[in-house]
Amino acid sequence: MSVDHATVRKIASLARIAVTDDQVEAMVPELNNILGWIEQLGEVDTSAVQPMTAVIPNVLRLRDDVVTDGDVRDAVLKNAPQAEQGFFTVPKVIE
Amino acid sequence: MTNLTDLGIAAIRDGFKAGDFTARDVASAFNDAVAGAKALNAFIVETPEIALAAADQADKDRAAGTLKPLSGVPIGMKDLFATKDVQTTAASHILEGFVPQYESTVSGKLWNAGAGMLGKLNLDQFAMGSSNETSFFGNVISPWRRNNGDTAALAPGGSSGGTSSAIAARLVPGATGTDTGGSIRQPAAFTGISGIKPTYGRCSRWGIVAFASSLDQAGPMARDVRDCAILLENMAGFDSKDSTSLDLPVPNWEAALSADLKGKRVGIPKEYRVDGMPAEIDALWEQGIAWLKDAGAEIVNVSLPHTQYALPAYYIIAPAEASSNLARYDGVRYGLRDLPDGANLQDMYAATRAAGFGDEVKRRILIGTYVLSAGFYDAYYTQAQKVRTLIARDFDLAWEKCDLLLTPTAPSAAFGLGEKSDDPLAMYLNDVFTVPTSLAGLPAMSVPGGLDALGLPLGLQIIGKALDEQTVLNAGLAIEERAGFTARADKWW
Repeated sequence: MSVDHATVRKIASLARIAVTDDQVEAMVPELNNILGWIEQLGEVDTSAVQPMTAVIPNVLRLRDDVVTDGDVRDAVLKNAPQAEQGFFTVPKVIE
Repeated sequence: MTNLTDLGIAAIRDGFKAGDFTARDVASAFNDAVAGAKALNAFIVETPEIALAAADQADKDRAAGTLKPLSGVPIGMKDLFATKDVQTTAASHILEGFVPQYESTVSGKLWNAGAGMLGKLNLDQFAMGSSNETSFFGNVISPWRRNNGDTAALAPGGSSGGTSSAIAARLVPGATGTDTGGSIRQPAAFTGISGIKPTYGRCSRWGIVAFASSLDQAGPMARDVRDCAILLENMAGFDSKDSTSLDLPVPNWEAALSADLKGKRVGIPKEYRVDGMPAEIDALWEQGIAWLKDAGAEIVNVSLPHTQYALPAYYIIAPAEASSNLARYDGVRYGLRDLPDGANLQDMYAATRAAGFGDEVKRRILIGTYVLSAGFYDAYYTQAQKVRTLIARDFDLAWEKCDLLLTPTAPSAAFGLGEKSDDPLAMYLNDVFTVPTSLAGLPAMSVPGGLDALGLPLGLQIIGKALDEQTVLNAGLAIEERAGFTARADKWW
């Protein structure tokens, strides 16, 4: 499978990364080169194989349903590019 | 008097304890070395005052008789570990100026053990790279140069390139690294030092900037095997804040170090003899086999038939996880925000991420987004995870015949900066020997074995069974004792 300009624009949009026409132009052959190389995985017969879910056997732990953290609003907001009155702020989202 | 920066972790710990020098003397000596090595660009942030404060505390603790395991030892911290009140960037513009309000588990353990921080070490951006050329804060330069008069700047390896460069240049006696597909072992090999990636789950990932969560694992890098064991003991351990943390006691790896490999069977995987590998690396591998035999081990030939598929599987799985993990950089909660005039929220996300991520990071996010997208998920991602099962199974079958594996760490010695950076695929191929172990979650270590004809270090990799770091360290020690690797880069910086 290979990607074209429209596909690169589409995945960049899904990934929320703005791209210029020049960047798309450069990325198409680059991504195709990489995707062409990973294509070789198709050679491997995996019909009777389960996909890996955990590299080292482990148990998913449960803990008591209690508050273990919190009351750190100012620390949470400390690195926000813009925070006002205890909230993160973003541009208006109403069209 | 000994040059204090020539001492490793164990020598500093023991010398300090014995009263041969003060912790402040040690910290000052390393602070000076760091300040004098700007040309290497190994650090993103230097923290001499933090190193001195820890040293002063260590000096007090010694007077009071309350020494801790790493009292008096200053170290470097890869800038992928969140450090409270000290900028943490993952070498990315998108996190420039981010000052964590919390401490990563691993770094916190090291500070609690008495270690001091000399600074935050440069790396490939988000740990994505094998040469430290993707950092927003500039390339790290290896202290090593070729011995033919060529002064070309060489790659220190990556992604833990600031760590490897700083240790090889004696700016720090040891430091943390992280390894997703070889980011501890390959830079260690390129710079003539040691480094171990423990079993997945040994070290908590909490507070480490995430790249590919099913692969990311922290580990130590230092000048020798004992120093790695000491650091690892103080980094590993169960952490309830990491759901994949292993709830197991931390072994006393240092105390159990032994270079006697009697009764151990060392597997030599035939698939690691790749086309185009320099004869010197093949020769070093043969030498390594002879050294392990000399240490009492039995050598057996094994096969890991799916080895060739490890890299392509990795370049689906790691970007897929990265595209998900890096979704958090949105310009809202922390880090960079790029808000063009009149932009709406979606535009802000896209502009912020376009401005904040480097080219390699974008490339991997796009690949990851593509392989996870509707219609392609099974063909790429599910198939890669099935191949990963087969790769892990290869190792399981090998363990029926042997207790550890010996391979070269990388298919080449350090290359020059710029030699591979235009060809992402050529760069990816440098991790051919380290990636399979990462996919299987196994412990693996690189130790220096010798120099190539141009005077550059070459490393040998030891791969062990899950949770058997001890055998890995022991085999590393057996090689270290026989290799007698004392070469170091001549100071030019």
